[in-house]
Amino acid sequence: MNQGEGVMSQWKGNNGLSRRQVLATAVAASTALSAPAVLAQGRPRVVVVGGGAGGATAARYIARDSRGAVDVTLVEPTRAYYSCFFSNLYIGGFREYASIGHSYGALAANHGINVVHDWAVSVDRDKRTVGLAGGGSLSYDRLVLSPGIDFKEGSVAGWDLSQQNRMPHAYKAGSQTQLLKAQIEAMPEGGVYCMVAPPNPFRCPPGPYERISMVAHVLKQTNPTAKILIVDPKPKFSKQGLFEEGWQRHYAGMIERIGPDFGGDKVEVRPASMEVVIDGEVNKVDACNVIPAQQAGRIAALAGITNDAGWAPVVAHTMQSRADGNIHVLGDASQQGDMPKSGFSANSQAKVCAMAVRGALTDSKVYPARFSNTCWSLIATDDGVKVGASYEATDEKIAKTDGFISQTGESAEVRKATYEESLGWYSAISDDMFS
Amino acid sequence: MLALVPAGGAWSADAERGKALYAQCKRCHQVGDGAAHRIGPHLNDVFGRAAGSLEGFRYSPAMKAAGAGGLVWTAAALDGFLSEPRALVPRSRMSYAGMKEATDRADLLAWLRLSSGGGPDRPAAEPTATPEEYGLDPQLLTITGDPDYGAYLAGECTTCHRPDGGEEGIPAITGWPHDDFVIALQAYKRGKRVHPAMQLVARRLSDEEIAALAAHFRRAGDEP
Repeated sequence: MNQGEGVMSQWKGNNGLSRRQVLATAVAASTALSAPAVLAQGRPRVVVVGGGAGGATAARYIARDSRGAVDVTLVEPTRAYYSCFFSNLYIGGFREYASIGHSYGALAANHGINVVHDWAVSVDRDKRTVGLAGGGSLSYDRLVLSPGIDFKEGSVAGWDLSQQNRMPHAYKAGSQTQLLKAQIEAMPEGGVYCMVAPPNPFRCPPGPYERISMVAHVLKQTNPTAKILIVDPKPKFSKQGLFEEGWQRHYAGMIERIGPDFGGDKVEVRPASMEVVIDGEVNKVDACNVIPAQQAGRIAALAGITNDAGWAPVVAHTMQSRADGNIHVLGDASQQGDMPKSGFSANSQAKVCAMAVRGALTDSKVYPARFSNTCWSLIATDDGVKVGASYEATDEKIAKTDGFISQTGESAEVRKATYEESLGWYSAISDDMFS
Repeated sequence: MLALVPAGGAWSADAERGKALYAQCKRCHQVGDGAAHRIGPHLNDVFGRAAGSLEGFRYSPAMKAAGAGGLVWTAAALDGFLSEPRALVPRSRMSYAGMKEATDRADLLAWLRLSSGGGPDRPAAEPTATPEEYGLDPQLLTITGDPDYGAYLAGECTTCHRPDGGEEGIPAITGWPHDDFVIALQAYKRGKRVHPAMQLVARRLSDEEIAALAAHFRRAGDEP
């Protein structure tokens, strides 16, 4: 695919520039990031940092719906996006790795979005510029930060990022997910897989427990005497009744969860010796998945818009930072109220943000914010469950108004339909982000 | 490869029983005098017709390709399609899992043959959905929706329903006729159609918002 050609034809259509001007601009786009004024041509400028469910959706909706009236730049370090959602299904053998990977090519070709593969490393809120690791900087009228999560240092004793290959988190999808899957498959017969689950709040509340289900599904087939140990600092977790019912039905005797009442909140890991110490008791494990405590992706803190808990508080009506109205924060990094940190939530918030940004920068109509979320989880083959809710914006927060959850004891037919529905959702949200 | 089971002989099939089975089809398809395209294409004169070949209906690319590749709706082909639609036409937009029993399909096809052709037995086409069957006020169908507002609201839909009208586990809704769209959402809103996520979405939609969404998705169906 020739991205440059797509970008040029988009711009030509919108601005009536001559081919020569367009060529010059396209060259500027790819090389001279320090000269955003050349790019902008007087159009309002939006910079989006982070190309996941929040950022990719926001960039796409702003560019698409403004029909070229807003100049959109998306800053994302990786060239291929691997979604955290459905990465557990890859671990379980239900998806190919390639099927959770997505390219940014269509965002450039179809919507004229300037996709810059670089790290955003600073935000100057007075000058309204974003600094890039590669050395350039980008000016903005509105900045959208959707950086996802980073891990809190020291939250699991004995673990830091330098140990992520011995004890993977696999909580940012990509090579970490591949590594964890390989380690599970390499476990000795009758070995132990241990997950250190995170404290609230964290990305994808049912995610660790769907992962447990997928690991159990793999081990049941290839290593049926293996054990699964969950060390959990939380007394309860998302969809708990549904997961525990499913584990009993499909993986009886395989999974043990140690909650805070038995020391699940007092854990130390020893990557060198592959040991997990729970409330003083040493356990030898064969694969160890450490999911540490989380906070907003680092750029949010660098921008100076995070609170003491490490998240970025936002105004629910527009997803604007409470610290700076020129910055919007989406998805996991935001502290918005009642929505879970999920890809679906980030995608939903991005549409409200896109409308607010267009309304502020162009004369487009602004409608009242509305949000929704549904999270599907797979417990075993054709055994899917879901939880969903709708939300509205109040002055205080994003507030839940209504919801539903799968029931225990549902028929196999209902569970299969729920799983198939999740496949449809994955297909649709992928297009909603990247097409 | 597909093993197409020939439809049962017309002499043994029970067309009256087939008419009852057709209730599973009639939410999307019309057949008989005055039949028109609705969510699915009309079924008049379907026997012997190339797949994906009717004017004025927005078929999935898969169905058009199947027709171009020589798929003709003989009784045997229809029988095979009905048993498992996506085994015969993968990525077809038809949101139907399949009719498992061969006798059911034979009865259905017997009734379809009677009502689809131009013979004297052809009945008048029945509507795909009526407000009455869900106890809805018919006035709900007269509300004129703002498609631009619908375009914003549709952001909530397209997280799960592909805007291009593709179907991969969640039904396509792009291009639906206005009345079918409004009746379906109003029925979810009032708990008369069952699906927890759809009821959740519909419960907070006002009548005007449902009309706006109908207008948007109708308009989106006209785009290339």
